[in-house]
Amino acid sequence: MEYGSLEDMAAPSPERAAAAAVAPRRKLMKLGGQKPLEVVMHGLFLLCGVLAVGFVLVISVYLIVSGVPAIRQIGLWNFLAGEVWEPTATTRDPSFGILPFILTSVYGTAGAILIGVPVGLFTALFLAKVAPPRVAKVIRGAVELLAGIPSVVYGLVGMIVLVPAIQKTFQLSSGACLLAAIVVLAVMILPSIVNVSETAINAVPKEYEEASLALGATKMETIFRVTLPASRSGVAAAVVLGVGRAIGEAMAIVMVAGNVSNMPSLLTGVRFLTTAITSGMSYAAVGSLYQQALFSIGLVLFLFIMLINALLNRFIKRKKEG
Amino acid sequence: MDSILSVKDLNLWYGDHQALRSINVEIPANEITALIGPSGCGKSTFLKTLNRMNDLVPGVRITGEVNFQKRNIYDPAVDVTGLRRRIGMVFQKANPFPMSIYDNVAYGPRTYGVRSRAKLDEIVEKSLQAAAIWEEVKDRLKASALGLSGGQQQRLCIARALAVEPEVLLMDESTSALDPISTSKIEDLAVELKSKYTVVMVTHNMQQAARVSDKTAFFLLGEMVEFGGTEQMFSAPTDKRTEDYITGRFG
Repeated sequence: MEYGSLEDMAAPSPERAAAAAVAPRRKLMKLGGQKPLEVVMHGLFLLCGVLAVGFVLVISVYLIVSGVPAIRQIGLWNFLAGEVWEPTATTRDPSFGILPFILTSVYGTAGAILIGVPVGLFTALFLAKVAPPRVAKVIRGAVELLAGIPSVVYGLVGMIVLVPAIQKTFQLSSGACLLAAIVVLAVMILPSIVNVSETAINAVPKEYEEASLALGATKMETIFRVTLPASRSGVAAAVVLGVGRAIGEAMAIVMVAGNVSNMPSLLTGVRFLTTAITSGMSYAAVGSLYQQALFSIGLVLFLFIMLINALLNRFIKRKKEG
Repeated sequence: MDSILSVKDLNLWYGDHQALRSINVEIPANEITALIGPSGCGKSTFLKTLNRMNDLVPGVRITGEVNFQKRNIYDPAVDVTGLRRRIGMVFQKANPFPMSIYDNVAYGPRTYGVRSRAKLDEIVEKSLQAAAIWEEVKDRLKASALGLSGGQQQRLCIARALAVEPEVLLMDESTSALDPISTSKIEDLAVELKSKYTVVMVTHNMQQAARVSDKTAFFLLGEMVEFGGTEQMFSAPTDKRTEDYITGRFG
């Protein structure tokens, strides 16, 4: 096949076709000498590609196989809409309702987006349109650094700085609560929102802005009425990406969210879908319904993230078309 | 005759490169002035000094005066956005916003505070009519402007510029990307517009300059070589370089 395509490439020019009668034989032989390596590399690339698909398949199948039985036993409605999570209750029947976790994850993510998106978007606008190049460079460096900080460090800083501050401000017995988690998540999703939005803003054709300025609009009017609307699909992609990051985060928030399976409110300790799994895993007996229910939580989280990815793909596709 | 724009000893540098050299010209009101010359001669640069669009280019330096109705537009006290409302511009490449046809035309008026729906409807219709495109788009004002043909987009851009009721309209090779039919529509339009507006157009097409303009300025290497009545310039140019250019000996 490779040879065929090589000859095709040489074909259009008559001189090359004539030369091809003599020279390529040697060339082909030389290529022939490389053939085993070509085949091996081809196979290696294919293997890597298949491996990635394989992992996704294995994870999906495993999650479904290990997550479904518990849901069947508990009942889908009781599982998803149950408000009480008491898997180890002894005096009465254990209860496996994960509504508190679902709501906490939804509220927590929404809160993080509510804070993170405006801040991130304005940072991106500032970097792309307003900041002098040197200032932009410093801020961009800082944002990149923010992206590189391990999540456990966010958790640590949140624990040492944020949690006591919230405790003091609101006179609570403990400052570890949903609010603390939201703030930590908002900071964590900032880098992705800034980067993706800035790329989208920079992709807006300069002609649009020139047209607006030539009509007598000011720079700010131009940014808000032309640049931002023209980049909205990219900004939407940034928001969805932020949602994906926030909903999947566990390490940073397990340290600041209080980790109590309450129905969520801003100033009480809460447990997310992710942190319910991490904190339950070490207590659940192997093979117990408790452990199986944790797998089911994993399945629910997985479905959430699949949904968000599908949304993201749609936005990116629409951006290419538009 | 009154001149609406009076340019005195205008020099412009991009960094170290001097793009305009001591330009002096009086642009008459309610006429079409064509700027001609080979690529890179400074005619587009000159056009953009008239509404200060060159301010957007980093490293640009300008000396001299451009007096618009007796007031120097490079005076630090001048409100640049206000100036650009009075001196509108149509670009080489049609650049409608990615919005509906209606919103494109209404953009300018909305920017300076027209909110009334009825008033906006009226401005949009009037502007689209003035740009000779109303009949083609009146049934799809809510459709995206990006779905129009190149020539329609360019006339929409003219309508958008007219919607802010400028006094001067700058056209920067506004027909160079269009087919002959669209080009002639825009040329006819320019001729119609001069009863209400002053038009200054950059063009690469000498027939176009000869067809539509009243005055012509010939630029070469950043200098304005000759300025005068179009007919006179094309029949009996006073400068040898102008003659060489319009007879096609270079450029």
